[in-house]
Amino acid sequence: MTDLTHNEQKSIDYTGAKLGMWLFLFTEILLFGGMFLLYAVYRDVHSADFHEAAKEMSLVFGAVNTVILLTSSLTMALSISAIKNNRRTASMLYQVVTVIFAAAFLVNKFIEWQDHILHGIYPNSPELLAMSHGKILYFGLYYVMTGIHGIHVLIGAAIICGTLILTKQGRITSNDYIKLENTGLFWHLIDIIWIYLFPLFYLIK
Amino acid sequence: MEASFYTTKSKYPGIFGWLFTTDHKRIGLLYLISTLTFFGIGVLLGLTMRLELIRSGTHFISAQTYNAVFTLHGVIMIFFFIIPGIPASLGNFIMPLQLGARDVAFPKINILSWWLFMIGAALAVTSLFTGGGPPDTGWTFYIPYSVRTGTNISLAVFGVFLIGLSSTLTGMNFLTTIHQLRAPGMTWKRLPLFTWSIYATGWIQLLATPVIAITLVLIIVERFLGVGFFDPAKGGDPILFQHMFWIYSHPAVYVMILPAMGVVSDIIPVFARKTIFGYSAIAASSIAIAFVGYLVWGHHMFTSGMSDTARIIFSFLTFLVAVPSGVKVFNWVATMYRGSIKVDAPLLFTLGFIFLFSIGGLTGLVNGTLSTNLHIHGTYFIVAHFHYVIFGGAVFGMFAGLHYWFPKMFGRMYEEHLAKLAFYVLFVGFNLLYFSMFVVGYEGMPRRYYDYLPRFNTPNLISTIGSWILAAGLFILFYNLIHSLIKGEKAPANPWGGATLEWQTSSPPPHENFDQVPEVTQGPYTYR
Repeated sequence: MTDLTHNEQKSIDYTGAKLGMWLFLFTEILLFGGMFLLYAVYRDVHSADFHEAAKEMSLVFGAVNTVILLTSSLTMALSISAIKNNRRTASMLYQVVTVIFAAAFLVNKFIEWQDHILHGIYPNSPELLAMSHGKILYFGLYYVMTGIHGIHVLIGAAIICGTLILTKQGRITSNDYIKLENTGLFWHLIDIIWIYLFPLFYLIK
Repeated sequence: MEASFYTTKSKYPGIFGWLFTTDHKRIGLLYLISTLTFFGIGVLLGLTMRLELIRSGTHFISAQTYNAVFTLHGVIMIFFFIIPGIPASLGNFIMPLQLGARDVAFPKINILSWWLFMIGAALAVTSLFTGGGPPDTGWTFYIPYSVRTGTNISLAVFGVFLIGLSSTLTGMNFLTTIHQLRAPGMTWKRLPLFTWSIYATGWIQLLATPVIAITLVLIIVERFLGVGFFDPAKGGDPILFQHMFWIYSHPAVYVMILPAMGVVSDIIPVFARKTIFGYSAIAASSIAIAFVGYLVWGHHMFTSGMSDTARIIFSFLTFLVAVPSGVKVFNWVATMYRGSIKVDAPLLFTLGFIFLFSIGGLTGLVNGTLSTNLHIHGTYFIVAHFHYVIFGGAVFGMFAGLHYWFPKMFGRMYEEHLAKLAFYVLFVGFNLLYFSMFVVGYEGMPRRYYDYLPRFNTPNLISTIGSWILAAGLFILFYNLIHSLIKGEKAPANPWGGATLEWQTSSPPPHENFDQVPEVTQGPYTYR
């Protein structure tokens, strides 16, 4: 804050920045909401098929990914409380760990997808099209919803790399940590969306 | 030129001081120039259609070209012009001034919004010249045709997606600004009604746009991956696409109209020298329209195969959403009653708005009634309806606002006689162009057709001639404004005697809007 002349005093509207971030999060909820709407409608019509198709999912992969994301939310929260207490190195460390967890999640997802694709289950594949309608829709929703979720994990991880740099540069401090806090909010939302995806795809068998 | 936001030194040289500005006033003008340019292109496309339809039979464009023309006309007018429309241009410029603020809450996100808008528009324009050529699905992109057509849907739709992101961020920005940056003493009950309308619109932009975002993404996913969400052969339901599309696109029309109604609510008290009748009712009706507007989307789908129960409910809710609009019209008229009225151009366009919007709104009730809807769905009756409410309503409202705030934005007065002439020519042309469409539509002429039966010849001829008169009116209007930009007489700070905060600073305003942060002690329409 001290690299500004007195004519360029920065006034930080902490409440405003938080409000803006929460409003943006509502838009993300609605974005995913459209896909959850599709899921709700098609599962209602094809409940037996969804139940059958879910048996193809690996509970281990799903559960491991759930633990990874939940823990990454913890490390994200810890990075924020660290910087609030002026522990810059600890905050940076927690952010690094969060990014590592994000990478692990994405690697897991890649392996999981690869497994399905090698078994011939991917959008428009001959094997998939030979299945019942409910199963085609289930796997379509699986790829699209976890895919768009995965893109958000990637974006979130990239943003955390950004806050990592800002923390290192001393532009996120115990007096001004709103950027880190808002990033944390985004990360928690991504986590919560997975918390809904996990039971809806993996636990309905 | 004295110091104003035009002369402020930027850290970027020359034009980049505008392209990378974070000043809401400059951003408002960037949007104004870009949206009006797209409006011009949309008008040309409209004139092209009317020329082809001057008489039955094929004339100078093929059926395929005609499909592309009406698709582009819709996409450009809706997504590139009227949805950003008033909020992005007049809202950006005027709303922070009305709050007594120095800028919006997130100035950098503001300019990012404009860049997203421009990149999205550029991508959509590129789709005209690459791949399979311009989209031909109509602006509604209905499945299955939007998946099967070889035209360049994905690029165009992705461009619209970016524009949607721009709109969402602007909504978020404006909502935070209005919550956080009001000047001392500016309570919610002292907000000008234009700002109230921008507030209500912000909620729609924020919450509705993400639904079209995901819908558009799903079109692209469908074209590339064939997932099958809307394909019956794979278990999907094409009607679900329509639901998702209209869940955004109906609230979108309230994004178009609410700010125009806000402009009207600000103009009438000034030109009637009388405080607004029913301030709280008008503010509340903006919120009510925004809310109920989320519940009526099914009225676009009465013939798509929904159940009777669903259709009855949607019809009832459609009637309900007309009530708060009626409240506004009655309050505006009551404001003018026994006022000291001066019919300058802003008020003239406002009166035009009230008349044309009322016709459009009443015909909306015809559309919303199940029995009559069966008769006029997919006909020119619908085309006439929405042009009356969007063009006669929102765009005339924008013209009213442009003239009203012209002195504030540009520091010059426009020429009054030319402005009035432009209005009258526009008004005549508009009604010839669109009222004829009510007639042929009711008689059964389908919309989006490149040709029609000879029995519809006469009204179509009248309509095409109307389009030329309308174009002449637009030419006079913009000639006047552009000429006045250069040669108009200098404008004082408050040429209309307005009582809202934007008139308490110079015309045009300085970089940070006010020399001192204003203290607000009274409401926005204190006349007598």
